[in-house]
Amino acid sequence: MKFGLLVNEGPYTHQASDSAYQFALAALAKGHTIQRVFFYHDGVNNATRLTEPPRDDRHIVNRWSALAAEHKVDLVVCVAAALRRGIKEEVLAPGFRISGLGQLVDSGIKADRLITFGD
Amino acid sequence: MSEQQTTPSSGPKVKKFMFVNRKAPYGTIYALESLEVVLITATFDQDVSLVFIYDGVYELVKGQQTKGIGVKNFSPSYRALEGYDVEKLYVDSASLTQRGLTEADLLVPVELLDAQQMGELMAGQDVILSF
Amino acid sequence: MLHIINKSPFQTSTLDSCLRMAQPGSAVLLIEDGVYAATVGSAAEQGLRQASTTLKVYALQPDMDARGVTSKLIDGVTLVDYGGFVDLAEKYHTSHSWL
Repeated sequence: MKFGLLVNEGPYTHQASDSAYQFALAALAKGHTIQRVFFYHDGVNNATRLTEPPRDDRHIVNRWSALAAEHKVDLVVCVAAALRRGIKEEVLAPGFRISGLGQLVDSGIKADRLITFGD
Repeated sequence: MSEQQTTPSSGPKVKKFMFVNRKAPYGTIYALESLEVVLITATFDQDVSLVFIYDGVYELVKGQQTKGIGVKNFSPSYRALEGYDVEKLYVDSASLTQRGLTEADLLVPVELLDAQQMGELMAGQDVILSF
Repeated sequence: MLHIINKSPFQTSTLDSCLRMAQPGSAVLLIEDGVYAATVGSAAEQGLRQASTTLKVYALQPDMDARGVTSKLIDGVTLVDYGGFVDLAEKYHTSHSWL
């Protein structure tokens, strides 16, 4: 089955990004595909390479980048939401790309399931 | 009611998308940014419904004047939805009543649904997006 | 329909809204702070027990463990892990995250 995920909140402040990541891992372990992870609202903040969380805690941004690298998961950040929040190409972490809301709709159409994680 | 089980496939090209609005405008950005998704989805020729529940009903209140708070008034966009063929707007009648509102307070025509009807409408959707 | 609730029932009325509208035969999955609704002795217990007569109610165990409330699970609520969450998402045609 192809899953699309929507992440509506940024790293650390809400559990949404963590929950989405754990879901993605479990889905991949079961042999499913993650068609796309779309980041909207403050979720775009999961894409900045500038975060420096404490070393004894999880590195949310790097985890997503690793997921993209290892499983070729498409991580898409909404351009409009990103521009509002100062997330631009020059600060993007590896594995993320900036694109339009059409990519979210595309996920809704092409994925078998679209799960939202937010506040 | 039995649940449909779909097998992974290319699926139908036109899906029923429902957008659930539960948050008031201006206090947070969700109402505005969810409207942006609605408009894009409409351009993909999908079957779009908007549902307003709880504080989401406040998004449709007439007479929003935002100059004093220095924030863009995006409520006219609800009236523009018709031009995008997005005409299915549903409001949870209990949420409206609880807030001392009636249809006359709203800036666009809507259909009022009770909880049972709302639940049935939701059950028939392919994709539900909540913001 | 898989209804996903991530907020404490004492913080918002999300669970109430969901239970008002969920159709018999659908499933409710409590995740994140939503798992507090699945604990015995709370004001939310009655509503959830009532709901579980027509809906299948699940709680995400890792979230309950994190919050130290797994031992207080209401009987009739089924614990699942993230794999179980994925299985539920696969089983039900549509999911609705009540935010």
